[in-house]
Amino acid sequence: MAQMNMLQAINSALDISMSEHPLACIFGEDVGYFGGVFRATSGLQEKYGKHRVFNTPLTEQGILGFANGLAAAGAPAIAEIQFADYIFPAFDQIVNESAKFRYRSGNEFNVGKLTIRTPYGGGIAGGLYHSQSPEAYFAHTPGLKLVVPRNAYQAKGLLRACIKDDNPVIFFEPKRLYRASVGDVPEDDFIIPIGKAEVVSEGSDITLLAWGAQMEIIEKAAEMAKQDGISCEVIDLRSIQPWDVETVAKSVTKTGRLIISHEAPITCGFGAEIAATIQQECFLHLESPISRVCGLDTPYPLALEKEYIPDALKVLSAIKHSVHF
Amino acid sequence: MTNPQNVSLNASKELEFIDPSALDIPTVSLLDENGHLVKGAVEPNIDKETALRIYKTMRFIRALDERMQAAQRQGRVSFYMQCLGEEGAVTASAAALKDDDMIMAQYREQAALRYRGFSLEQFMNQMFSNEKDLGKGRQMPIHYGSKELHYMTISSPLGTQIPQATGYAYSQKIPHIDEDSGELSSEINNITICYFGEGAASEGDFHAGLNMAAVLKAPVIFFARNNGYAISTPADEQFAGDGIASRGVGYGIKTIRVDGADALAVYAATQKARQFSVETGEPVLIESIAYRLGAHSTSDDPTGYRSKEEENTNTKCPILRFKGYLLSKGWLDEAEDNADDETLREEILEAVKVAEKIAKPPIEELVTDVYDTPIPLLEKQLEELKAHVKAHPDAYPTTSGRIK
Ligand SMILES: Cc1ncc(C[n+]2csc(CCOP(=O)(O)OP(=O)(O)O)c2C)c(N)n1
Repeated sequence: MAQMNMLQAINSALDISMSEHPLACIFGEDVGYFGGVFRATSGLQEKYGKHRVFNTPLTEQGILGFANGLAAAGAPAIAEIQFADYIFPAFDQIVNESAKFRYRSGNEFNVGKLTIRTPYGGGIAGGLYHSQSPEAYFAHTPGLKLVVPRNAYQAKGLLRACIKDDNPVIFFEPKRLYRASVGDVPEDDFIIPIGKAEVVSEGSDITLLAWGAQMEIIEKAAEMAKQDGISCEVIDLRSIQPWDVETVAKSVTKTGRLIISHEAPITCGFGAEIAATIQQECFLHLESPISRVCGLDTPYPLALEKEYIPDALKVLSAIKHSVHF
Repeated sequence: MTNPQNVSLNASKELEFIDPSALDIPTVSLLDENGHLVKGAVEPNIDKETALRIYKTMRFIRALDERMQAAQRQGRVSFYMQCLGEEGAVTASAAALKDDDMIMAQYREQAALRYRGFSLEQFMNQMFSNEKDLGKGRQMPIHYGSKELHYMTISSPLGTQIPQATGYAYSQKIPHIDEDSGELSSEINNITICYFGEGAASEGDFHAGLNMAAVLKAPVIFFARNNGYAISTPADEQFAGDGIASRGVGYGIKTIRVDGADALAVYAATQKARQFSVETGEPVLIESIAYRLGAHSTSDDPTGYRSKEEENTNTKCPILRFKGYLLSKGWLDEAEDNADDETLREEILEAVKVAEKIAKPPIEELVTDVYDTPIPLLEKQLEELKAHVKAHPDAYPTTSGRIK
């Protein structure tokens, strides 16, 4: 084991993936010699050469179109989009092409070897265009897998799974935790399977569910609730598509209550999908309505970020409301 | 039109590729390093007042950039971006326009905004995202905008302003009722200028915007700031071929390349471009060759990707060069000029102190301007949020005290 922050853990997963497959390529804006604006790809160009780790021109549409072609040829294509806010110029290539390559060709062709890494989320005073959590747009598109890690250890194991997975996967990296999340991470290879949620701590009164950077918030809320004698079960969804209905339903069947929290706006956020499904699965076990603590239905602000963000206090209020319903 | 394919009908038996360098586009320079007119160069029509306004703007922006760079290091603002090395290109191009021509900028063009008269206080209010910011404290520092000064608010996603500029410019040539005569007029009164970096010129929006401007004929000046880098990516990893100018030619757009450190050359080129656009209603592409002397932004460390040597060979200062020109014309008094610097610095520091004390926007502004009026859903979310903030005043110190 070594102490790593999330960037180092990601770098380690990329390093292993590059050594594993001779055709694997890493590319995106500034990812070459400089190692990316967050330095996630540091040292990889020196190690694997300019033809496998390289800067692309500044065009997300181009990056993903290129990546689709590369992956269709069987090369593991690991593309970085500098901020999730800038994934939208590539939206057509992702939702119309990456997602449907296999289906439309009857599996004559597929881009299973594609992995898209992108930093997402707020809490960094980034305002409208450096803070978004766009996972729900992609969750609506069949054919894509979506994964979000909550700490350094998870980031390495999950990213390895994404790269090895035979489907196009978007890996959303919580940029607020890039340097803040430090922990024990094995230097050797390991894989955390996609599609499995993790019960981070057990509890009996209510289930709290989140993913990525929002995990810190619900864990803190669970601590605060404990002082009021409320026992929370905390779950990290980890994969948004496919998502682990079974683990969540099992927990809610036990606790009878569910709160889902994400930073993205509440309307049509992925929390809505979870609420609808769990309501159907667990209807007879629910003690109170499933509730969501999410971003407002506004763009992500700068000066009033603290008010906008779904913080631990807001989650705690929702917990109390639910328990005393 | 020559034929249905819209190409030149120049028959040939030779199986020869055209080399991309065939165009061999020159770079126009009017001033030498010391600011003296290059032998044989034709001086543009520029008056003393305009020349001094350009110079004062550049000096102001240099001082502002230095101060705000320092303020960011002290943790007083969260982010900053300098114009260092490109003051001449940005200021002189803006100066060659009418003050009510539209400016659609990328983000490194504070000098154009200043030229139009954006006040020191307005710059500060935006950077400190206080309640006096025209953008209501919603965007990161340097995302300025002013309707009054015909300067479209900056958006972070790169290149998006390019096709928008085409659309805006198109509106400027639609025949309209002339205010004075009351008659239908096809005269073009205003045009649009659109700034972007050589990096942003790789975005799909660039190609879409130029193609539409060329085909639909919109009076827009595309002003490409080729400063050698897009964050860490050098221009030779950004594109092959002869700069951005060659693309303009490819799209069928009149194109010129200028030395961006030579404010007089930029002024002359933009003046000519504006005249052409107004007369024909068509687009022009100007590629300015300057060097990004500073870091990309305060979040960036250029020592990781470029050498001191490279920086030292690219230290051409557009301000000193233009100053040389003003001195040679007898339009500037050296002693007075130096005294100005101190006052400027003090004024800026004073403005920082004032702006950082002004309150943040009120909580209600979270939900305004999402739509023309907040939809019921947002009204409800605001009420819930206010109740929550009121119940936990210590956790939300910037807004809790002001909730009625
Ligand atoms: C669509 C999009 N992708 C990526 C970014 C991140 N980004 C901000 S500035 C920049 C480099 C821009 O370089 P250039 O256009 O050459 O302008 P310069 O900074 O040199 O003035 C990048 C990649 C962005 N803002 N928008």
